[in-house]
Amino acid sequence: MTRIGVVTEQPPETRVAATPATVRQLITLGYEVVVEAGAGHASAFADDAYREAGATIVDGAEALASGLVLKVNAPTENEIAGLEPGAVVVGLLAPAFKPELLEALAARGVTALAMDAVPRISRAQSMDVLSSMTNIAGYRAVVEAAHSFGRFFTGQVTAAGKVPPAKVLVAGAGVAGLAAIGAASSLGAIVRATDPRPEVADQVKSIGGEYLKVEVEVEQSTDGYAKATSEAYDRRAAEIYSEQAADVDIIITTALIPGRPAPKLITAADVASMKSGSVIVDMAAGMGGNVEGSVAGEKIVTPNGVTILGYTDLASRLPTQASQLYGTNVVNLVKLLTPGKDGELVLDFDDIVQRSVTVARDGSVTWPPPPVQVSAAPAAAASAATAQDAAPAPEPKRPMSPVKKVVLVAAGIAALFAVNAIAPPPLPQHFTVLVLSVVVGFYVIGKVAHALHTPLMSVTNAISGIIVVGAMVQITSDVLVVQILAAIAVLLASINIFGGFAVTRRMLAMFSAGRTGADRG
Amino acid sequence: MAETTALLTPASIAGAAYIVAALLFIMSLAGLSRHDTAKAGVSYGIAGMVIALVATVSATFAGAWGEPHVTTALVLLVVAVLVGGAIGLWRARVVAMTGMPELIALLHSFVGLAAVLVGWNGALEETGMTGALLDIHHAEVFIGVFIGAVTFTGSIVAFLKLSARMKSAPLMLPGKNALNLGALVAFVVLTVWYVITPELWLLVVVTALALALGWHLVASIGGGDMPVVISMLNSYSGWAAAAAGFLLNNDLLIVTGALVGSSGAYLSYIMCKAMNRSFISVIAGGFGIAAPTSSGEVEGESREITVEDAAELLRDASSVIITPGYGMAVAQAQYPVAELTSRLRERGVRVRFGIHPVAGRLPGHMNVLLAEAKVPYDIVEEMDEINDDFPETTVVLVIGANDTVNPAAAEDPGSPIAGMPVLKVWEAKNVVVFKRSMASGYAGVANPLFTRDNAQMLFGDAKQRVEDLLRVL
Repeated sequence: MTRIGVVTEQPPETRVAATPATVRQLITLGYEVVVEAGAGHASAFADDAYREAGATIVDGAEALASGLVLKVNAPTENEIAGLEPGAVVVGLLAPAFKPELLEALAARGVTALAMDAVPRISRAQSMDVLSSMTNIAGYRAVVEAAHSFGRFFTGQVTAAGKVPPAKVLVAGAGVAGLAAIGAASSLGAIVRATDPRPEVADQVKSIGGEYLKVEVEVEQSTDGYAKATSEAYDRRAAEIYSEQAADVDIIITTALIPGRPAPKLITAADVASMKSGSVIVDMAAGMGGNVEGSVAGEKIVTPNGVTILGYTDLASRLPTQASQLYGTNVVNLVKLLTPGKDGELVLDFDDIVQRSVTVARDGSVTWPPPPVQVSAAPAAAASAATAQDAAPAPEPKRPMSPVKKVVLVAAGIAALFAVNAIAPPPLPQHFTVLVLSVVVGFYVIGKVAHALHTPLMSVTNAISGIIVVGAMVQITSDVLVVQILAAIAVLLASINIFGGFAVTRRMLAMFSAGRTGADRG
Repeated sequence: MAETTALLTPASIAGAAYIVAALLFIMSLAGLSRHDTAKAGVSYGIAGMVIALVATVSATFAGAWGEPHVTTALVLLVVAVLVGGAIGLWRARVVAMTGMPELIALLHSFVGLAAVLVGWNGALEETGMTGALLDIHHAEVFIGVFIGAVTFTGSIVAFLKLSARMKSAPLMLPGKNALNLGALVAFVVLTVWYVITPELWLLVVVTALALALGWHLVASIGGGDMPVVISMLNSYSGWAAAAAGFLLNNDLLIVTGALVGSSGAYLSYIMCKAMNRSFISVIAGGFGIAAPTSSGEVEGESREITVEDAAELLRDASSVIITPGYGMAVAQAQYPVAELTSRLRERGVRVRFGIHPVAGRLPGHMNVLLAEAKVPYDIVEEMDEINDDFPETTVVLVIGANDTVNPAAAEDPGSPIAGMPVLKVWEAKNVVVFKRSMASGYAGVANPLFTRDNAQMLFGDAKQRVEDLLRVL
């Protein structure tokens, strides 16, 4: 049985890698869990709560010397020295930016799993820290903005005068952006959002925001095809930001491009055009910033009174929630690594998720993972695609053409006419009755509620027992065989009549409305 | 019918009674279209039936009174009605609501067999007709026997499939469409032959042919198409009665048969539309089902949820929709589901049911089951009523349904069930799927719902799981 150690994070980090709730889940996976004293203090989880969940409280060195060490941030040099060779350490390791850290971990002989290297595929979404943390950060960005903003978010009419609602612009409607839109609109602000992907418009609307579309004039190019240049797009987008900056009170920017510095969306001129007292939260400050003049980790006030917040630790500012979500992400990873639920960690390098998160193993750095091997999922998708190319999907059923319909109806009427014209009586009379009854039947049944289809069937069942009339007419025949056959028919049809009506009554007695059930009995 | 001069003869009284009875039957069907008039509708139907039977018996026996065989007839009639009525009432009392499809299929078969017997009697009895009328009479005998026999064996097969005494997988005989068509052509040829030379052996042959055709038709239709098959057989049983009406010169039989026939046909049409299938292809025993172009391989893995977590989800939910399917009927889970519903409603959670038109094995099957378990019918909604509400729903519980909640139908044009209207459960915030295993549904199509990010699986017997949920709540 492997021991899991939860270590206290170094200040200013306030999160912790496991909460009492996730400790309980880890124990059900077969692990023994030790927690460093005070590890959850900054996230408001008391040692006693961990103890109640089944963990043992130990000192830092002992927690660090476990077989599986759970951390939030990358281990420091001292912490690496405290790890047992052969142990596994989990944390946010930022492998792309810290090659020296990976070297150090490999040199120590530990296996390092980077939570922030989880591939963004749907199967791994339950371990995707980036999603869970940016969701929190988006919410917190609004709270920070509200804190620095000198007014209400919501509009009010009070005895002391009318308060207009605050206007918020959210740049980028990803996970963070959507969280920010939701938080701001539930505080009562008017929220607008931009995003280069027009398909997010519905998502924005669904949580109370208004999507600002970048409408680009289509230029007529020489080859006759309509074409929107990216230059025109960028120009129009910049215009929108400038227009909005002069109008709104709060701007929250969330635009990030993987592997590249964050795009500059808000220029110094835009900032200068904002009203005094306005607030900008630059959530991309750590990656170079979306706003000209933002400083990572700092609060800046411009000469015209605009506050620019460049905090990079937004998620840590909501430590209890962030720890809970991070801890759950970690549990989901551990679950994947513990197929037997027996407390034994198994690392399967053929699994794309496990391969991607492993950044150091057996003394060597295993980052970056090899270019994604053709795994099962894309292959299936590809073959499905080619299959569809080869054999196009079945043609949608075409509705009958009106001409064909008219011809069919006309043919039917002509046939009916012919039969009635040449048939001897009493056939025409019978046909009249038949046709009229069919029409009546269709109109009557067309209005039946779905819920009553079964009772309807059992009633029609009983009614079709009317064939008993035919048998009864025949039963007075002077041929004995006919009499006996007719009697059998009467018997069968009687089962139908009595059974059908009785079962329908029984069924209908069961149907009752919620509110008026009593008086229906 | 020729004695128009005499007033108030038994025949004219019977004729008048038949019109009243026919009207009552129409009112009966009309009454069944709404919940609050449904019970009155049944009463109209019973009244119509009583009037029709009393009129028939009195007219027939009044006409034949005094002849020696009438006593035999009367005894036979009374015994037959009493025995038949007793059996019918007994079955109606003991049938479980999950067994309704079987009972209804069996009742259809009785009408079919009765129609065959009436047809045979028509052939055996001397009619005293001549010329064209006799020819028409012969043709009517054949048509009546044919429809009746197809209804009879078709319903028997449906009954066997529904009661799991026969495998529900479709029978795939080589050239089955040719077989069906051949049977129809043979029927036409035999009819013409019989009209020219009315020999009894031709009647035997045509009966056997029709019995075989009915068997084959329904045997080649799979279990999931049963709602269509049942309503189609309902329709056939009506046409069989109508054919008997032509044969016996009886307008009441024609009116009633046509009413039942058209009502069954309309129901089948609704069911087919709900499955995006062509009516012809279903009744012709899977005729024209194209081979699926995409296998619908599902990528990714599904996530399992514990009973505790599911209970937690429900406790925090503001709106819950339950979408039951045949699996709920199989597991007899309707009572715990009803209990769960009332428990959640007490907590102030808005609980509703979303019923797909072809959920279950009978049109309206789920509604009957839920009604049996005392779920109020005003929270049980149809697919079209509820489909736009899923995005605002916190939790959807999918209980024993598969194809009717398959997103591939809406999103994958290569899927075999593409275009079939489905319950859009995947638009809800959370979906909990109660399922015995990861097996495909009736259509054999993999369900990408199970691997959606917002979907979680609760494996096991549906009844057991719902009871576990109740315990935790």
